[in-house]
Amino acid sequence: MTEIFTNINVDWMGKRKILVLISIAVLLAGLFSAIGRQFTPDGTDAFNLGVDFKGGTVVTAKFRQIPGDVELRAALQTKGLVDTVIQNSTDKKDEVLIKIPILTSADGEAQQSQVEAGRTKVKEALDTFGKEAEGATTLTQDESTAYKIVGTDSVGPVAGAQLRNQAVAATLLGLIGILLFIAFRYDWTYAAGAVIAVLHDVLVTLAFFSIFQWEINLTVIASLLTLVGFSVNDSIVIFDRIRENLGFNRTSSIYQLTNDAINQTMSRTVITGGLVFLSVLALVLFGGEVLRASSLALFVGVITGTYSTVAIASPIAIWWQSKIGAVKIKDVQVQIKKEDRLASASRKSIKRRTV
Amino acid sequence: MKNTSLWIRTGIILAVTLIAVYLVFGPRKSVTSEDFTYEGIKSNLSKNISLGLDLKGGSHLMMRVKVDDYLKTLTNNDKDAAFNFAKESQLPVTESTSVTEKNNYSVTLKVSDASKIQEVIDGVKKKVDFAAWTESKGADSVTWTLPLQAQRVMGEQAVEQALKIIEGRINSFGVKEPTLQRSGSKESGQILLQMPGVDDPERVKKLIGSDAKLELMKVVGATNPSPMTTYPTKEAAEQSLGGKVPSNRRVLPFLERVEVSTTPIGDKKPTAWVVVESPAIVDGNELRDAVPTSRTGNESDYQISFSLKPAGAVKFGDWTGKNIGAFMAVVLNDEVKSAPFIKSRIDDQGQIDGRFTKASAEDLVLTLKSGALPAKIEYLEERTVGPSLGADSITAGVRASLGGLAFVIVFMLIYYRGSGVNAVVALLLNMLLTLAALVVFDSTLTLPGIAGLILGIGMAVDSNVLIFERIREELRAGKTVTQSVALGFDRAFITIIDTHITTIISSIILYMYGSGPIRGFAVTLILGLLINLFSAVFVSRTIFMWLLNRKPNVEKLSI
Repeated sequence: MTEIFTNINVDWMGKRKILVLISIAVLLAGLFSAIGRQFTPDGTDAFNLGVDFKGGTVVTAKFRQIPGDVELRAALQTKGLVDTVIQNSTDKKDEVLIKIPILTSADGEAQQSQVEAGRTKVKEALDTFGKEAEGATTLTQDESTAYKIVGTDSVGPVAGAQLRNQAVAATLLGLIGILLFIAFRYDWTYAAGAVIAVLHDVLVTLAFFSIFQWEINLTVIASLLTLVGFSVNDSIVIFDRIRENLGFNRTSSIYQLTNDAINQTMSRTVITGGLVFLSVLALVLFGGEVLRASSLALFVGVITGTYSTVAIASPIAIWWQSKIGAVKIKDVQVQIKKEDRLASASRKSIKRRTV
Repeated sequence: MKNTSLWIRTGIILAVTLIAVYLVFGPRKSVTSEDFTYEGIKSNLSKNISLGLDLKGGSHLMMRVKVDDYLKTLTNNDKDAAFNFAKESQLPVTESTSVTEKNNYSVTLKVSDASKIQEVIDGVKKKVDFAAWTESKGADSVTWTLPLQAQRVMGEQAVEQALKIIEGRINSFGVKEPTLQRSGSKESGQILLQMPGVDDPERVKKLIGSDAKLELMKVVGATNPSPMTTYPTKEAAEQSLGGKVPSNRRVLPFLERVEVSTTPIGDKKPTAWVVVESPAIVDGNELRDAVPTSRTGNESDYQISFSLKPAGAVKFGDWTGKNIGAFMAVVLNDEVKSAPFIKSRIDDQGQIDGRFTKASAEDLVLTLKSGALPAKIEYLEERTVGPSLGADSITAGVRASLGGLAFVIVFMLIYYRGSGVNAVVALLLNMLLTLAALVVFDSTLTLPGIAGLILGIGMAVDSNVLIFERIREELRAGKTVTQSVALGFDRAFITIIDTHITTIISSIILYMYGSGPIRGFAVTLILGLLINLFSAVFVSRTIFMWLLNRKPNVEKLSI
């Protein structure tokens, strides 16, 4: 048998302070980045929100002969489009993403003009480089054309805010659902541990998005949800093992039991985590422009999701139990009688359920 | 005994697999030999799985019916109608005002003779439908207020009506397989239109927003046999009303026998201006049918004959009966097309004169018949994906996923050897069944949906790893192979159930509260997880059972 990590005995809980400090450091870095950027005049925003959440228009255009950024920006400027962002596609040399912010007209009808005018204005500007291959014709079919608009996303400010609120609300409600279920199956302390770990993962991922200014759009939200799934999954695997160990080992402290559970499931953690990590790496490298932002979110999420189970979820669960006086973290050799008298909140609810 | 249950399990697995293969790769017509070739399977696959717009290309338009505008127009129309009627019936009404703020719509009539308030109320209510409004009498006035509940009901009707009208217009324009549905909360008045294959929606947007508003209105001024009162300029017409147009009058250009304009009025010189009474006697909503007709048979000499619905016909008949000799303006998009005088009572027939070409007459008939939009439409969101961009996303996404999958398969086979085959079977089955479930539930596969699919596969791998690691642990603890397999499955099952239910719960919440793309993610994930309980646990265990059944006392397990 090829085996890895079968007989490890690491005192994970003893390292909990260092682990938590690492997390706090990353989160603080993210926080500084977000606050710093937000309050720097003329700087970037805390997060690089895509048009999905901020409103605005993105036009993806494919060129026969790609013009330089300067020429493009100048052409857009003549049509009154300022503050445009021009971004070259990472995987296709002849494509360019043109992002324009919310257009406002004098009478304040912002969203009407946005969705109506965004594409039209960009098209007018691009027409200075030559004809567009309109409708079903492609650049290769019609030699006289210079470019083709292959995609647009135009979102008014109202729709943007709506999408943003909906995504946040759905995620938070989802977390509450997870909290309740784990509390029902295990204990409040475990539920809190798992949910805080998930929040930690989401925040760490967002910290990376702020620091590196990766764009946050709707597909990134789908990735965040995916990593929520992975992270909770990881926590439950370990909690389940703690619960099982409690069933036939009443002499060890919860401290030792948690360490044991983490060590016993380490082979699974490494294999699953590693496989997912490598699959996501494939997505990052070969997944293409549209999937890039969401692949990056998954990439960060997989690492932090696995890490947080050990570093956040388990320490919080046993820290809380120690706070409510149910267990003593450090005391490995507790007398059995004393433990029984102090029957912990977690132990009360734990019974092996036959399935 | 044991054998029968094993056979039953195997039977179930085979049946489910065959059905899934048929659902995903099979044709929806009778099977031909072509369905077994690579090309045939590929084309069946693309027919069976419906892809979202982000993958196959098309446009996505989110619009909102301006319900507030609708209620505003409705309130003002009622105000004018009430005032006009009171004047005609010589009721002592001096002024009519309206409030049209958000959530607050009311009409107030000032009555000069306080003793006749009840008479005014009864009279006006015969003419104007204030049934849904709450009535309150003041000392010298009466106010009708539209309650919130009624506002909601009317707004809802307006949105539903707009939905039907847009549907009619889209269909008449020949867009292939459009989906048109309400979106967001009921109050939001949002409508989502998705059109696969249309990557420049400008034409469709123009059509949706276009107005073909037909109104039949009374011309103010002299009656037959004198000629109709017209004014040479707009200013002159306004002057006749004292310089300011009251709300129950409108000044419209008279463009007799000119083709329907597509350019703004300013570009063409109207021959004259007329003053008409507002609101209209009947409008396009009362239209039953319209047909283009030609008296001369000449290509560019078409008129449009129309007939009215019963309710409209009653109103129209009433009015024409009382107004013999008056001029009636046939108004299309705020331009008077013709203004015949009423010879006798007419019930339900009319005609729009004008030198239409055959094509423009036919287009106009289409828009007329689909009715006027009850309120203006605004666009909240527009997304287009060209077919090439969508195809690129599929290729890149699929290639990367397949690469990841291949790597996982190789790893499982090397690391778990014989048992790795179990895992691979379970994985492939999971993918197959998830796709089949998408076909059964007629769900569309989108980019976030693929993310859900990948997470589902990740969970499938994890389930197998959990089970195998557990079996190895039991083997190390010195249990026999049979015991280890049984214990491994039993123990791991508890973990698997917990992880799956947790994720299913949060996915259901996402589905309930999320918007389009998030829903796509939730659907494939929920399906993938439910299927995983079957493929990773039930199927994988059955394979182990077969192995152990053949060699009950096996001492080594390839794991």
